[in-house]
Amino acid sequence: MTNSLLWTPLAFGLIGLFLPKRLTGWWATLGTGVTLALAVALLAGFDSGAAGLQDTVDVEWIPGLGVDYSLGVDGLNVFLILLTALLWTGGTAFAALREQERPHLFFLMMLLGETATLGAFLAQDLLLFVLFFDLMLVPFYFLFGAWGTDRPDGVTASAATLKMIVYTLIGSLLMLVGAIATGVIAAGGGDITFSIAELARQPIGEGSQRWIFWFFAAAFLVKMPAFLLHGWMPDAYRAAPLPVLAVFSGVLAKVGAYGFLRVVLPLFPDATVEFQEVVLVIALASILYGSVMAFTQTNVRLVAGYSSIAQLGFITAGIFALRADGADGAVLQMVNHGLVVAPLFIIVALLAERSGSEDLREMGGMATRAPVLAALFLIVTLATLAMPGSANFVGEFYILNGLFNSKIAFAFVAIVGVALSAYYALRLYQRTMHNRPASQQNKGIESREIGLRDGLVLVPLVACIVALALYPQLILKRTDASVQQTVSAVQDQAPGELARR
Amino acid sequence: MNFDAPHIDYAGLSPLIALTVGICVVLLSAVSPLRRSAPGLTLLTLATAAGLLIWRWNDPTDLVAGALRLDDLAISISLVVLLMAAATVLLSLREPATEEAGSGEYHALLLGSVLGMVLLAQAQNLVSFFIAIETLSIPLYILCATNLRQERSLESGLKYLIVGSLGSATLLYGMAFLYGGSGSTDFAGIATGISQEGVLGDPLILIGIALTGVGLAFKTSIAPFHQWTPDVYEGAPTPITGFMAVATKAAAFAVFVRFFDVALLPQADEWQPALAVLAAASIVIGNVGALGQRSLKRLLGYSGVAQAGYILGGLVVASEAGVNALVFYLGAYAFMNLAAFAVVIARERETPHGDSIEAVRGLAAERPLLAWPLTISMLGLAGLPATAGFIGKLYLIEALVEGDYTWLAVFIAVGTMISLAYYLPVVAAMWMRSEEESPEAAGAAGPAIAGASPEADPTDPEAGRRLYLVAPALLAAAAVVFFGIVPQPLVEFAEHAGSSLF
Repeated sequence: MTNSLLWTPLAFGLIGLFLPKRLTGWWATLGTGVTLALAVALLAGFDSGAAGLQDTVDVEWIPGLGVDYSLGVDGLNVFLILLTALLWTGGTAFAALREQERPHLFFLMMLLGETATLGAFLAQDLLLFVLFFDLMLVPFYFLFGAWGTDRPDGVTASAATLKMIVYTLIGSLLMLVGAIATGVIAAGGGDITFSIAELARQPIGEGSQRWIFWFFAAAFLVKMPAFLLHGWMPDAYRAAPLPVLAVFSGVLAKVGAYGFLRVVLPLFPDATVEFQEVVLVIALASILYGSVMAFTQTNVRLVAGYSSIAQLGFITAGIFALRADGADGAVLQMVNHGLVVAPLFIIVALLAERSGSEDLREMGGMATRAPVLAALFLIVTLATLAMPGSANFVGEFYILNGLFNSKIAFAFVAIVGVALSAYYALRLYQRTMHNRPASQQNKGIESREIGLRDGLVLVPLVACIVALALYPQLILKRTDASVQQTVSAVQDQAPGELARR
Repeated sequence: MNFDAPHIDYAGLSPLIALTVGICVVLLSAVSPLRRSAPGLTLLTLATAAGLLIWRWNDPTDLVAGALRLDDLAISISLVVLLMAAATVLLSLREPATEEAGSGEYHALLLGSVLGMVLLAQAQNLVSFFIAIETLSIPLYILCATNLRQERSLESGLKYLIVGSLGSATLLYGMAFLYGGSGSTDFAGIATGISQEGVLGDPLILIGIALTGVGLAFKTSIAPFHQWTPDVYEGAPTPITGFMAVATKAAAFAVFVRFFDVALLPQADEWQPALAVLAAASIVIGNVGALGQRSLKRLLGYSGVAQAGYILGGLVVASEAGVNALVFYLGAYAFMNLAAFAVVIARERETPHGDSIEAVRGLAAERPLLAWPLTISMLGLAGLPATAGFIGKLYLIEALVEGDYTWLAVFIAVGTMISLAYYLPVVAAMWMRSEEESPEAAGAAGPAIAGASPEADPTDPEAGRRLYLVAPALLAAAAVVFFGIVPQPLVEFAEHAGSSLF
């Protein structure tokens, strides 16, 4: 099951190369749809009470180096896999509705991106995880660079993409060294294994954990991105084609947060406890900085981009509360944020098509003749600001609850972020949908209802937000056992440290 | 007087004999009616030698009274050399240099160089070591200058001759010290000769090792002894550049390994830090030097300096895993460079841009069958996953961490990061519509750009469709991807090499 789920997108992508140009888009959408069906089937067969891995595949890959091809599903990744499959279906369908240059390559890269991302979520071997984590970059390098837009001020798409790649690889390559070092040190001269479960059984010495922790943290924090490591984000977000950006922002940022739960907490428990406060400071800085930037930006993409920084800050804070409720909330919030931000970028694309601009100052009054689009956008907006009743509210509540119980001072700062998120989300909605444009002479704005075919893409995504708002327990029930296990690894390792707090 | 005829192991010497016979035949073919058959005869010779080497696989023997040792390390490196030489023959078809120098002479020189490399991979005695390194170098000095009508080619040959002679002289001088200090020319004899004193206790030995190491660093273009590399690479006929970039490096690393990991193994603690510093310097200098290069050959030259630094890492740890990683990386490196050079050659012949990066701009739309190999090669050299380059780096880093050289592994990671800044723009030039209106590209129409010279007019507007250029590029790129996904065959190949030493 996991195997076919992983390789279905790539297989469809390769076959798509041999189809006529106008069919490739729909063929690719079909591929993502099949993947989504497989992911749903995976969830249906998921045993929610079990903490361990299910549906595992374990084959020797490079025996000489101790690397195995091992995949598995548990409560930490099952919903992220579903999220990946869902958003890719939406993003690919949205792209297929529009004319793409060189469609063969575009959709091949889209589907390769899906396989790589699913691989990063499924991998249960440390080096396999690193491999897929790095592989994710390759398709997005092409997608951003070759189909992105050059900015009038001279920053070309390929330059922006290069910056993104260099930034993210700084982390990932150090992570490769860290991953190998973990395996070698844990083996202590014996047979080397990189199986995450094996390595977690007997964590390596505290001295080694300290530096390896930061190698991993660097990779994950850049990917999110976190404050101070987000330098690539503004350029890359402005260059990226919007359907691609929807999946990128919706899923790839979560791989970083997921990495903390999957790798860092179980494998480096001592270092995690030791550096808990440092990471929390980074997370809070991301929340505040991201929120403040989000309500000062005028480019719609950057509003969404900076709000993502803030949201990922929340997720990181939830994980580093090092309590089960915080981590539960983080997992829920990862799914929530993905579900919110992808429709947001699709709406941005629709707005940009109608107003001919991605500048807030040039937009406005869009709601007058597009009540359905406005309603869909409103749902997304309310979810973004974690309105009580939305699943995001539940997620943030759990995160804050965890944070209050472990580090109350940090929780008070994080609450400020909740308030700020309401401001930037509502500002985005108001300026685009209600206000008249500041420049009245701008006649380019067209208040047009969402088309049927775009609606078919957007409505299911928004429906997922609503469904999750009604029944967040769907996720919490299935993740809790795995989360408990992950977090207990940290608490077992340092009972004294936690007890003192 | 009783005289024992020395035992001659013809089976073990057969690859060398085949190559020597091949040189004679190819050279004679130049003055016979079979003039046009030189490439075919060369390929036949290379295939014979490869077949004989594979026949000797897994059967280590000492030859010529212990001066040579035909073990799996020698065979694996020789096979890399032969593969590269065969590709060079294909890439040299219709190359102006072969016409001007005479096809027979050109190919005979190439085979001579190959003979030196195969010999060098087996050398375990200072004398055979030096003879082999001269046998491989002298034909290369000439080959670099075979593009007789181009000033740059002649300059390249002369530069290589002078710098190469300096390297050889340094090497020889070092060998003399080593012999003086240890009383033996055999690697095994050196190992026992110096083990009593220790390296640091004996200035003769210390100077000897240092000078020999410098000589080898010249040949493998390890910083700071790399300055000749970009200039020579840029001026030499491109097929020869590709050959030098891989084959010379492979053969020189074979003897590098044998010298340090056999003759000097007992003193490993003393030379390891020095070589580690050289490797780190090479990684930094090579990668920084490649930044901003517009000539693809210079770029690949500097990237070769950096890659040599990575490869040296496998030697530094003086362990079986290290040698395995080194041989694996050399194999991967051969395929990656082969794909890149085949594309550069094709574009050099069909565009007026020479080897400038302008020659590959928009290649994806124009010639996708050339764009893919170059893309895969660049991604592989940059060490991105799903390529053999990634597995090679993984292998090297694992060996380094196991050998307690984690800091050097971090250098490899940092170097790789820098390298993205010059590999990816090549990819971007092929696939992305960037800089089309920029002044730099606008000037590209004229001849006054880096890498191109007035002589660099297109010689063959259909070069991008020629099977003998496209097929090696595609096959090499396919190998890079294949060994990135199914590395086990190449891993086992490399493990044979490593286990023959330790």
